[in-house]
Amino acid sequence: MCISIFAFRRGSLALLTFVKQELRPHYGYKHITISAKAYLFRTRERQSTVSKLPVILAAIGLATTAGIASAAVSGDPQNGKEVANLCVACHQADGSGKHIEGGESWPRLAGLNATYLAKQLHDIKDGSRTSPTMMPFVNMLDDQKIADVAAYYSQLEPTAGEGGQKADDALLTRGEQLAQRGDWSQYVVSCKSCHGPGNQGAGDVFPGIAGQHAGYIEAQLKAWKEGTRKNDPQDLMGSIARRMSDTDIHAVAVWLANQNTASN
Amino acid sequence: MMRTLLTVALSGCVMLPITAAANDDRTQAYIDQLTAMGFPAPNENQLVHIPPSMADLEEADIHPELKKVIRRGYDLFTNTQQLRGKNVFNNMNCSSCHLGEGRMPFSAPIWPAAVTLPGYRGKNGHVNNLEERIAGCFTYSMNGKPLEYGSDDMLALSAYHQWLATGVEMYPKQPIYGRGFPAPERPAELSYTNGEELYQENCAVCHGENGAGLRVDGHTVFPAPWGDMSNNWGAGIVRLHTAAGFIKNNMPLGQPNSLSDQEAWDIAFYMDSQERPQDPRYTGDVKETAEEFGPTFHKHSLYGQIRESDGKLLGDHNNTGDKPFLKPDSVRSRSFD
Repeated sequence: MCISIFAFRRGSLALLTFVKQELRPHYGYKHITISAKAYLFRTRERQSTVSKLPVILAAIGLATTAGIASAAVSGDPQNGKEVANLCVACHQADGSGKHIEGGESWPRLAGLNATYLAKQLHDIKDGSRTSPTMMPFVNMLDDQKIADVAAYYSQLEPTAGEGGQKADDALLTRGEQLAQRGDWSQYVVSCKSCHGPGNQGAGDVFPGIAGQHAGYIEAQLKAWKEGTRKNDPQDLMGSIARRMSDTDIHAVAVWLANQNTASN
Repeated sequence: MMRTLLTVALSGCVMLPITAAANDDRTQAYIDQLTAMGFPAPNENQLVHIPPSMADLEEADIHPELKKVIRRGYDLFTNTQQLRGKNVFNNMNCSSCHLGEGRMPFSAPIWPAAVTLPGYRGKNGHVNNLEERIAGCFTYSMNGKPLEYGSDDMLALSAYHQWLATGVEMYPKQPIYGRGFPAPERPAELSYTNGEELYQENCAVCHGENGAGLRVDGHTVFPAPWGDMSNNWGAGIVRLHTAAGFIKNNMPLGQPNSLSDQEAWDIAFYMDSQERPQDPRYTGDVKETAEEFGPTFHKHSLYGQIRESDGKLLGDHNNTGDKPFLKPDSVRSRSFD
């Protein structure tokens, strides 16, 4: 989300936020468009409607301009397919990624939310998310390519998660509890309270985690716990991960990996 | 022989203290976890109760039929949206406000209702039992129509409340630790503008910039803090101190006590300055309604007041949201005179 603040006369501020929205046009691809919303914040002075009018008009004008400007970062899945040639070595042609026991697992990208995917690529590029593996690749991507490749992966059919097949029942039971109900005695809220029903993802911010590879989920939760990943909004994931034992992290990762995937 | 007897005698002596100590340790660990999250430790005279979990239910020595009823109550509590269009006309689940499946202290844990009711309730000026108290949540917080008294679902929800209170005496004399949504001290000034900025900064990522919350596939992920899909003007959380207490003790999710008292109150002030469905007790006139229910309720809310930011008279409308009626029949007074 991009935010600009403009100061106007009489002490008013217009805060402009660009909200990314996903649309599904008739021909099947998801396209990403960005709409702009204008917020007016009144500062100390109380204003009459008349004096507010120019501010509102100015904000609408800016919103319109922003709408045009943002068209440049609409993702095109067709072009994204070309970009994805960079990614297939690890994330595979079908976007399934790979669970690698004891190594660095590559996440499944197929079917993940495009806005979420694009944000991760931007975050890796600007250093707010650390990934030495990804760094050389994201450095080859400009904003357009990021939008395109995110759009491409978002519309692929999700594939099954790996790494949870051999887990024992006790571990899976614990994982299910954490994912579905949480453990409030440790103030660990359930995964689904943010990641949505079936942990299939909620909106642009909370990705689907059901059917993600166990190795990837486990590594990410540990990264949050240790503070090496912190690109979540308002520390929402970090604050939970820091209260999870390594056993619980493993339990929830294997349980989630065994769940059905779905597009989100 | 002598040694064996001595051992038996000794173990007999220490058995009870060990159990008591184990309980003490468990309670201490429970309190330690809460204080680590920024909650106050209980006062010496407060009642600390650790409600059983659904895992404990499986182990519990109670009739399997009762277990089924309690499970149904839990299911209704955590997925109240299954009653959408029948008893619930907004996006709320019981567990939207009562976090931790109704078991969390400082998040209005629900078991105290089971041991303090029947009791006199100022809000409606008569003695309420547990069913009527639950009906109150449906009427106001769910902007809905209460489950019928004595119905299967009402039995199940009541049973869940009562089972969570397992082991607590009726009408306890001690004050209950973590009851309700204890409010931080009210600051001298409340700011709508700061509240709005803080809301956008801290809350909007989940609850939406416009307060609509988020639903996915017909399930509520993040409830709506205002608007048609939120609680109506008669719900407890429209009282500023209740909202401030809820926010301070529970929000953002997973980070209780992370906001300052001022921030929690400012966000509460902003949130409770937004429109929502009409109070079911509406007389047809907002000023009259605000006055009639002022002493017992609306003196703590902004209902019937002018919103300073734009001069709007709050609650001055006939909008009942998705609910096709204003007041459920079950809202009535009782008298034993």
